[in-house]
Amino acid sequence: MSARLRALLVPALALVAGLLVIALYLTASGFDAAQGLAAMWRGAFGSWYAVSSATLVRAIPLALIALGFSLALRAGTLNIGAEGQFYLGAIAATWVGLHAGTLPRALAVALVVAAGAGAGLLWVAVPAWLKRRFGVLEVISTLLLNFVAESLTSLMVQGPLQEPTHVYPQSDMLPVSARFWAVPGTRLHAGAVLAVAAAIGLAWLYRRTALGFELLAAGAGPRAARVTGGLDVPRLAMGALLASGALAGIAGAAEVGGVSFALYPNLSPGYGFTGIAVALLARGEPLGILASAVLFGALEAGAGAMQRDAGIPSVAVYVAEAVIIVAVLLADTLAARRRAALAEAGA
Amino acid sequence: MTAPPLLSLEGIAKRFGRVQALAGAGLAVRAGTVHALLGENGAGKSTLMHVAYGMIRPDAGTIRVAGAPVTFANPRGARAAGIGMVHQHFTSVPAFTVAENVALAAGWAVRPAALRARVRALAERLGLPLDPDARAGDLPVALLQRLEIVKALASEARVLLLDEPTGVLTPPEVDDLLALARRFAGQGGAVVLITHKLDEALRATDEVTVLRRGQVVLARPVAGASARDLASAMVGDATALDEPPPAPAPGDAPVRVRLAGLSVRREDGTAPAVQGAELVVRAGEIVGVAAVEGNGQRELLRAVAGVLPAEGTLEVAAPVSFIAEDRTTEGLVPAFTLTENVALGLGRAAPWVRGPSLDWAAARRRTAALIADYDVRAPGPDARASALSGGNQQKLVVARALERRPAVLVAENPTRGLDLAATRAVHDRLREAAGRGLAVLVHSSDLDEVLALAHRVVVVSRGRVVPVPVGASRQWIGGLMLGVEGALA
Repeated sequence: MSARLRALLVPALALVAGLLVIALYLTASGFDAAQGLAAMWRGAFGSWYAVSSATLVRAIPLALIALGFSLALRAGTLNIGAEGQFYLGAIAATWVGLHAGTLPRALAVALVVAAGAGAGLLWVAVPAWLKRRFGVLEVISTLLLNFVAESLTSLMVQGPLQEPTHVYPQSDMLPVSARFWAVPGTRLHAGAVLAVAAAIGLAWLYRRTALGFELLAAGAGPRAARVTGGLDVPRLAMGALLASGALAGIAGAAEVGGVSFALYPNLSPGYGFTGIAVALLARGEPLGILASAVLFGALEAGAGAMQRDAGIPSVAVYVAEAVIIVAVLLADTLAARRRAALAEAGA
Repeated sequence: MTAPPLLSLEGIAKRFGRVQALAGAGLAVRAGTVHALLGENGAGKSTLMHVAYGMIRPDAGTIRVAGAPVTFANPRGARAAGIGMVHQHFTSVPAFTVAENVALAAGWAVRPAALRARVRALAERLGLPLDPDARAGDLPVALLQRLEIVKALASEARVLLLDEPTGVLTPPEVDDLLALARRFAGQGGAVVLITHKLDEALRATDEVTVLRRGQVVLARPVAGASARDLASAMVGDATALDEPPPAPAPGDAPVRVRLAGLSVRREDGTAPAVQGAELVVRAGEIVGVAAVEGNGQRELLRAVAGVLPAEGTLEVAAPVSFIAEDRTTEGLVPAFTLTENVALGLGRAAPWVRGPSLDWAAARRRTAALIADYDVRAPGPDARASALSGGNQQKLVVARALERRPAVLVAENPTRGLDLAATRAVHDRLREAAGRGLAVLVHSSDLDEVLALAHRVVVVSRGRVVPVPVGASRQWIGGLMLGVEGALA
C-alpha cells in the first residue's frame, strides 16, 4: 500500500470509529440511532444551504486556527491559545469595523482582517516573550490567556463596545460596508477565500521553500538545527508562534465580519480547541486541514441539527470528535513504535 | 577437576527482522578471570550480553550458569542468578539519590537511615566509595559509572558484564576501572569487558573472544596475543591498524584560522572555558587538539566553528563546516531522511536553494550521489537517518561537511563509536580534503587518533592552548594534557 493511501486510511478509519461511537451512544441512551445520524447528515450535507451555510461556515474558523496550530507545532511550539487569540481578533475587528463605515468596502474589509491578525499576533506575543525572556512554557501561558481573553470579551460587550442602548451584552452591528462578501443566498463568506489562500500558501511554504524546511528542522531537531544548520531556533519558533496567533486572530475577524456582524461573549463554540483536533487529524498538512476542517464543520453542523430535529443532545458528537482524535493519535503512536522497532533491528 | 565456567553461552542465535545479529555465538567465562569481548560495531557484542542478562530472548542456544542450563525471562532472572550488567548508557534516575538508585535496582526497601548505611557498607566493601545522599544527577560521569557498578553488584552478583565502560572515562579513571575488574575477579567473580580498545583488552584481561558478524572468530587466552592478531580477527584485515604517517604540512600556505587572545565561555554562559587562546591553522594542515574531557577543547572548537560566541581575535575563512560529536542530536535529525539531513547541513548556500525556494529533487539527486561517493550503506536518499548504523550515519555527516567545499573543517570526535574500517574511511577522507587545501581542526578523546591524523598537535589544558613541538613523545603530550608541569619524559 502506498504511503499516501495509508495516510488517508487512518483518518478514514478514525471517522468510521467516531460515527460508530455516536451510533452506540445513541442506541445505549435509548435514542433512535438511524434517525439521529440521518438528522446529522441532513444538517451537514442535506442541502446546498446546509453545506454552504452550516458546514462550510463552521469550517472556515476551524481551518484558519488549525493552520496556525500546525505552523507553530511545525517549529516545535504548542499554541493552545487560539481561542483567546480568536477573541482578541474578534474584538479588534469589531472596533475597526464599527469605525470604518465611511471607507470603501474593500479597504474596510481589509482593515477588519488586518486588525484581527494584528490583535491575535499581539495576544500571542505575550507568551512568546515570556518564553524567550523567562523560559515560561507556552503551553501554559497560551492556555491561561484564553480565560483572560474571554473575560476581556465580556468586559468589552458590557463596556466600550456595548451596543448604544446598553441593554444587551453585545456590540452594535457592523456597517454593511465593513462586512465580508458572501455567496448570494447563503452565509458562505469571503473568509473561505482567506482559509484556502492560507492553506495554499502554507503548503507552498512547507514543501517548496527553505524557510518551511527550517521551521520543520527547528521543531524536529532543535539542537541539530542550531549546531549543524546554523539556524536561530528560538527566532524561528517565535516567528511561527506569532504567525499562528495572527491566523487565529483572522479567524475571529472573519467570524465577526462574515457571520455574526457583532461581538458576542460566546462567539466561539470552542473553535480554538476543535481547531487543534482538525490539525491533528490532518497531521498538519495544509490541504488536508481544509478537508479535515470541512469534516469537523460537518460534525458540528450535524450536531446542531440533531439536537434541533431529533432532540438528541449534541454532546454525542463531541464524544465522537474525541474518539476520532484518540484513534489517530493511537495509530500514529503504533506506527512510530513499529518504525523504531524496525530501526533497532536494522542497527 | 576443572570447575565449569561461571557463565557460558553456547550457540546463541538471534535475528531482528532481516538482520541476523547472532549466528551461533558463544563465550565461556571462568571464575577469577576478566574476559574481553571484542568486535566491530554491529558484530553482536551488546546483543550477546543482552542475551546473557535476560534482556533479549535468543532464538536458539543455551545459557549455563556454573554448568546448569538456565533461561531468563527478564533481567530480574539474570540478577537472581548472580549476573550484573553495567550498560553503555547509564540507567540511574537523576533526581534520585545514590542510595535510592541502588534500592531501585536491587529491589531494597527505601527506609532512609537503614538504606543509607546499607549502601555505604556495600560501596565500601566493593572499594567504590560513594556518598549515599548525593543526587545522581549531580555526579560527574566517573562517579555515575561507579554508581552503575554498585547497582550491578548490589544483589551479590558473581558475573559482571561491562558494556563499553571506558569510552566516557579519562585515562586514570580507565586504570581505576580496570583495577576494579581485576579485584572483582580476584575475589572469585568473573568479568566480561566489552571494548573497542585493543590495548585495554591486552593489558587488563585474561581471555578474549572476538565476534564478527554474529559469530566467534577468535577465542583464546590473552597471553601471547598481539594487537595485530586481535585487529585482524576483528576486521579480517590486519593492515586496518596501520595508517600512513601524516606528511608534513606546507609551512607557507595561507592562514585559514587565526586566534589571538581568544576567550570562550561555557555553553551555559557561566564560567570561562577557554582563555587567551592563540592558534593558527593553515590551508592543507590538520591540527589535532589533544585534551582530557572538560578542559575547554569543546568550547574552543565550537567557537572556531561559529557555534559558540567568543571574545578576542577570531579570524576564520569561510565557509566553515562543523562535525559535532553527538551525531544523533547535533549532527543529524534522526527522523529526517538523508536528503533532508543533507539539506539541513548545507543550508541556504546549497545549490538547490534559489531565492526563497528549495528544489527537493535537486537535493535528492545530490544526496544519492553523495551516498554512492562515500559508500554510505543506505537504502537510498529517502531513508530515515535513524535507519542507518552509526558508522554509516557518520559517513553521511562527513560527506555533508565536505560537500560544502569548506575552507575550514572543525571536527569533534569524528570517529566516536565507529569500527576500524569506518574510522579508516573517515580518516582517509579528511586527509584527502586536507591534501586539496582544507584546513582541519580536529579533536579526539583518543590520543592515538590525534597522533595518527594530525600534522601538528596542540594540547588544551585548563582552558589554555599549548603547542606541542614536533616529535614530542606520547608521555610528554600526556603530561601536558593532565596539566603536570615539567612532566617531560
